[in-house]
Amino acid sequence: MSENQRIIEIEVLRYHPEKDKAPYQQVFQVPFTDDMSVLQGVQYIKDYLDGSLSFRWSCRMAICGSCGMMINGEPSLSCETFLRDYYPARVRVEALAHFPIERDLVINMEGFIEKLESIQPYIIPKEPRTLAQGEYLQTPAQLGAYEQFSSCINCMLCYAACPQFGLNSEFVGPAAMALLHRYNVDSRDGGKAERMELVNSEEGVFNCTAVGYCSEVCPKHVDPANAVNQNKTNSAADYFMRFLTPKGGAK
Amino acid sequence: MSKRRPYVRPMAGWWRKNPFFVEYMIHEGTALFVAAYALILLTGLVYLAHGEAAWNVWLEGLKNPWYIAFHWLALAAMCYHTYTWFKIMPRTMPPVIVGGKRLPDFAITGSGLAVAVTASLAMFGLVWGMAR
Ligand code: SF4
Ligand code: FES
Repeated sequence: MSENQRIIEIEVLRYHPEKDKAPYQQVFQVPFTDDMSVLQGVQYIKDYLDGSLSFRWSCRMAICGSCGMMINGEPSLSCETFLRDYYPARVRVEALAHFPIERDLVINMEGFIEKLESIQPYIIPKEPRTLAQGEYLQTPAQLGAYEQFSSCINCMLCYAACPQFGLNSEFVGPAAMALLHRYNVDSRDGGKAERMELVNSEEGVFNCTAVGYCSEVCPKHVDPANAVNQNKTNSAADYFMRFLTPKGGAK
Repeated sequence: MSKRRPYVRPMAGWWRKNPFFVEYMIHEGTALFVAAYALILLTGLVYLAHGEAAWNVWLEGLKNPWYIAFHWLALAAMCYHTYTWFKIMPRTMPPVIVGGKRLPDFAITGSGLAVAVTASLAMFGLVWGMAR
């Protein structure tokens, strides 16, 4: 360690279900360099100060979506957030808000996985297609309709940013709704009517009150709030369609 | 037996925890002024239905300094509401494609604000013209 080694304080919200009744804060003194991310800070803690600290990570390059944490109260990817930006103040890290804490910085994401499944995140063809028909072709405009919504890395920062999800964990929520929209507006897809049932349901888009923080924190510029709010209009249209066409709209 | 015991953090006071949420709450709160003002106008309509004398009583009442102060407050609240309303507008609508390109957020917010200002001024001018 060099002479001018700087030390930053990292305050971590700890919780070990087998011994702690409730989470509590613990402060660590972490030597750091300018190129160190918050993730590297907690890795330092695990390697040298307290091996029992638990957290998720994988790629270290903002692409796997595993390392989301509340950093000074803001949902962030800890691998692309740098300690130098907080020094000399203390950095507070906490498990992603609005999710149950499994252990330390690890949240329980079962609910989110179920939601991802429920939106049928795959192309449901309009009609069966034979190999002989070849691949689907799309124009750049058709690609443009859904491309942004396909960039989601499932980091769940948007859920940690959504107070309505915090108040009602049944709400399908921003990322799942963005992915649902991604398939609904894909020119190859024919599953919209099925997915609209979820959009219109109690768990659907009308839980959203347009806070908009989800889009603010999204590291991939997916703009999930846009997907949710466009589907409020779609849902209303879907509702009125049933009066106009015998087969229009979802059930 | 499983040692799992997922801990659910309380939501009490959630909106105080982040400046973004505070702004959101102020935005929602200013909607109350819009509602209050609608009520005031509605009361005026009720007085009007009771004839000219009643109407003049209502008009006289509006000259109360407290009422005038409230008007300024309501105006400020409504300006803030309008601003934050159009700020979030790009997030609530389908993309607008102009000349093959997607209209940027600031253009949508800007045109919304421009329309609001123009409509307010036109309304003001109209009422001003009628009152003279
Ligand atoms: S929409 Fe954005 S913030 Fe939400 S999970 Fe996907 S990448 Fe993360
Ligand atoms: S470690 Fe993969 S996104 Fe941060």
